[in-house]
Amino acid sequence: MPLLLAACGSEYPQSSIDPKTDFAEIIHGLYVSVFWWTMVILAVVWILLAYILVRFRERPDQPLPRQIRGHLGMEIGWTIGPAIIVVAIAVPTIQAVFATQRGDPDNAMVVEVVGHQFWWEFRYGEAGVVTANELHLPVGRPVSLRLSSADVIHSFWVPQLGGKRDVNPVVRRPEGEEVSATWLHFTIREPGVYMGQCAEFCGESHSLMGMRVVAESEEQFQAWLTDMGGSAAASGEPAAAAAPDTSAVPDTTAAADTVPAGGDTTAAAPASDTAAGPPAGQPAPAAPAGEPQAGDALVTEGRDVFLRSTCVACHAIGGTSAQGQVGPNLTLLGRRSTIASGWMENTPENLERWITSPRSVKPGVLMPGIAEAGGNWPATNLSAEQVGAVAAYLSSLR
Amino acid sequence: MTNLWSWITTVDHKRIGVMYFLTSLFFFFVGGIEALVIRVQLWKAEQALISAELYNQLFTMHGTTMVFMVAMPMAVAFFNYVVPLQIGARDVAFPRLNALSYWIFLFGSLFMNASWFVGSAPNTSWVGYANLTSLQFSPGPNVDFWVIGLSIVGIASILGGVNFITTIVNLRAPGMKFMRMPLFTWMTFVTSFVLVTAIPVIAVALILLAFDRFFDANFYVTAAGGDPILWQHLFWLFGHPEVYILILPSFGMISDVIPAFSRKPLFGYPVVVYAGVLIGFIGWGVWSHHMFTSGLGPIADSFFVASTMIIAIPTGVKIFNWLATMWGGSIRFTTAMLFSIGLVAVFTIGGLSGVMHASAPVDLQQHDTYFVVAHFHYVIVGGVMMGLFAGFYYWFPKVTGRMPDETLGKIHFWLALIGFNLLFFPMHFSGIYGMPRRTWTYSAELNVELWNQLSTVGGFIFGAAAVVWAWNMIRSARSGAPAGPNPWGAATLEWSIPSPPHHYNFPSLPVVRTREPLWHEEERREVEAVTLAEPEREPEMPRPSFWPILVAAGATLTWALVMTGIWWVPLTGLAFTGFAIFMWAFENPFGKKAGAHHG
Repeated sequence: MPLLLAACGSEYPQSSIDPKTDFAEIIHGLYVSVFWWTMVILAVVWILLAYILVRFRERPDQPLPRQIRGHLGMEIGWTIGPAIIVVAIAVPTIQAVFATQRGDPDNAMVVEVVGHQFWWEFRYGEAGVVTANELHLPVGRPVSLRLSSADVIHSFWVPQLGGKRDVNPVVRRPEGEEVSATWLHFTIREPGVYMGQCAEFCGESHSLMGMRVVAESEEQFQAWLTDMGGSAAASGEPAAAAAPDTSAVPDTTAAADTVPAGGDTTAAAPASDTAAGPPAGQPAPAAPAGEPQAGDALVTEGRDVFLRSTCVACHAIGGTSAQGQVGPNLTLLGRRSTIASGWMENTPENLERWITSPRSVKPGVLMPGIAEAGGNWPATNLSAEQVGAVAAYLSSLR
Repeated sequence: MTNLWSWITTVDHKRIGVMYFLTSLFFFFVGGIEALVIRVQLWKAEQALISAELYNQLFTMHGTTMVFMVAMPMAVAFFNYVVPLQIGARDVAFPRLNALSYWIFLFGSLFMNASWFVGSAPNTSWVGYANLTSLQFSPGPNVDFWVIGLSIVGIASILGGVNFITTIVNLRAPGMKFMRMPLFTWMTFVTSFVLVTAIPVIAVALILLAFDRFFDANFYVTAAGGDPILWQHLFWLFGHPEVYILILPSFGMISDVIPAFSRKPLFGYPVVVYAGVLIGFIGWGVWSHHMFTSGLGPIADSFFVASTMIIAIPTGVKIFNWLATMWGGSIRFTTAMLFSIGLVAVFTIGGLSGVMHASAPVDLQQHDTYFVVAHFHYVIVGGVMMGLFAGFYYWFPKVTGRMPDETLGKIHFWLALIGFNLLFFPMHFSGIYGMPRRTWTYSAELNVELWNQLSTVGGFIFGAAAVVWAWNMIRSARSGAPAGPNPWGAATLEWSIPSPPHHYNFPSLPVVRTREPLWHEEERREVEAVTLAEPEREPEMPRPSFWPILVAAGATLTWALVMTGIWWVPLTGLAFTGFAIFMWAFENPFGKKAGAHHG
């Protein structure tokens, strides 16, 4: 699989010592101080040990060494010494524990993160936008992630944004109460694409449950939200003529009005709009509906295949009749840099490979392939041409 | 055949100790091969030499095997062989119970590993977090093998703990007060208390899970209101004391080895004892530091930050006391001593990275990454295994009557030390740079391939060290130089009797006046006058019995039949177990002539 290093712009794109949020910076500061304390202790032990091993090795004809049995003062000394260091570590630690778990500030944008075997769902409640595996967040605005799982325990970890937090399944009490959401709070300092992945073993393809966080300026973020909701209908309709079933399309435009969820859009939209827009370097605007373009026929065919096959049982695409809620939402899939929750670059070839045989990419995935059942679903039995058409259609969702 | 039968029916603590050792050695190689396959799969990024499913089975069984079938029973092997000799006893308090422990351990381990032969080895990691282990998400028999296998093995640990507490309290030689006991016996004592209290906690967790899986209960089923966090609390309430179950015996071993080869008594004996006891206690109050990411909230997090950091203090005190013991001594670099020094040097790294995790916010980055994998391998291999290696070379002459080959021993030590560090140190970096643990493969973008390759090379060097170890064992047991009663000039009672000891250990019981009975000329002569004497009539020892192995078979069968999921089927196994226990109870352990005053 090709490197996407350029997009991430860092030698270690998932490094836990490269903080990009206030949350990550608190952790990193603490880590550095604890690190040096431990290095001091290690140096003391090792230097003492080395000295002892050289100085007190057995020599010929050595008399019996003095039989010393202990020394109270020394015992007290090496109890108090480490105790002082422990306090020096514990006090800032506990301060940081409270500082990083404060509730969300009033102007925080809340995004609901839902873990699934083996992908991530992101729901922007007020905006009514749902997406998967690539989380768009604004720079400079406090963000609160509300984490819960649809199946087993996962753990949300994007190291540059801060520490991980377990994504616990919703517990349904008999009286109807649902508990167990966890939270992460942070404000992203600079735009970029940050890599993360599930950090709690969650089953067969746990290792392939990756994600990307696209941190962008407030304007770019708002534009993305609008595209996802407001103009999704247009971008979801690549065909020249509106299909007969468009009347059935839910009106998603209303969502766009409510988009500036936190309201405080003036807050710190950084100057560096240049970096890492949604998939770096890609032309964002969707082709206006009706405008003829190359491959149109293939795209139209792919759309028809998609909407008529079992795809729609699980997947939703904004602006179409596909409203499945079980699998990842595919609205504007063409804009994403990766598919299969961060495991493959988003190219028509990889999409074809994925649609043909998801399990060859990601063992244990619930999606059926053309000749393999998945979850409760039988094989799709799509032909190679149909697969190519669906891939072309999904790629066209920009 | 008669010989084999005599081993099957033996109740001699020394033979049981040897069987424990050889069995755990076998599983050490099984778990090691599993680890090497894992390392080969991780050699290159995005490699798929083996399937994800097989990988998940391998790392689950590697962890489960190394903890429950290697580190614990290998320490128990030393408890068995050494403790009665150190306290001047002829056997443990309950010899047949001791045999039962071994057979249950063996059968449980074999049962769990039998899953390999049906292609369904456990695959939900050694911590088996709910609700992944529920029927909905793990419908196959993999988790069944794990739940049942662990439940069986756990029985052995509880029985062993009871036996050693009783032995140490009741069977010490005259004059051996608690504060005169060798440190290894002391740490066995502490460990046994932790065993009998911690193992029941995981037993509860496992039984709840078994009811969920076999009898439609809902303890961890979220759709029915069950809470998977309950599993984490129960598991770690066992799991952290378990860490001290693993490490305290090794601490005890090197606390005996270091004085012997420094020709000085242990520095700060009472402090080292109390530090061990304190670790055993505080070990109960730190479990949720494994759950800093679970979202318990800042108050719970802060409590466990504080308790975890406090436990670092007695651990540090032990290290300083070992250093002070060597200070001013006359250090002989035998293989046993090298491994003890190795423990002090590398365990410290693991202890200090543990302090980093104790800082909860820092742990939010390091938890469940290779950084943590590095940490606990520095503790368990750099601490536990180094101590077990030290103990092995130290007591080898006592068990076999022959000296270990020191040249091969030193090759073993240096290969192990280099291989170990090359294997685990780079994992700090793969973790820091974002590689989570329990991952079948990793994206090339993470740029951690080099660190993984270093680890793999180190893994094979460590594997080679293990082969040298085994070769040394075979060679030295056959043709090593004969060892006298006390080849090391050590101070404690086990060195006052012939090597290997008579089956009755002590012809008559020695009287002890100090902590180092063999280091005080007058006391040594008094002790050896009784321990080296040939008795006119051999002391009467408990007779062999085949009821322990039958009870063990019954217990294993009962649990295995739970797998049918039909409630009355396991009762047939239970009936057999009950019958065997009944027969055991009415067996006279000393034969018809003597009165039955032993358990």
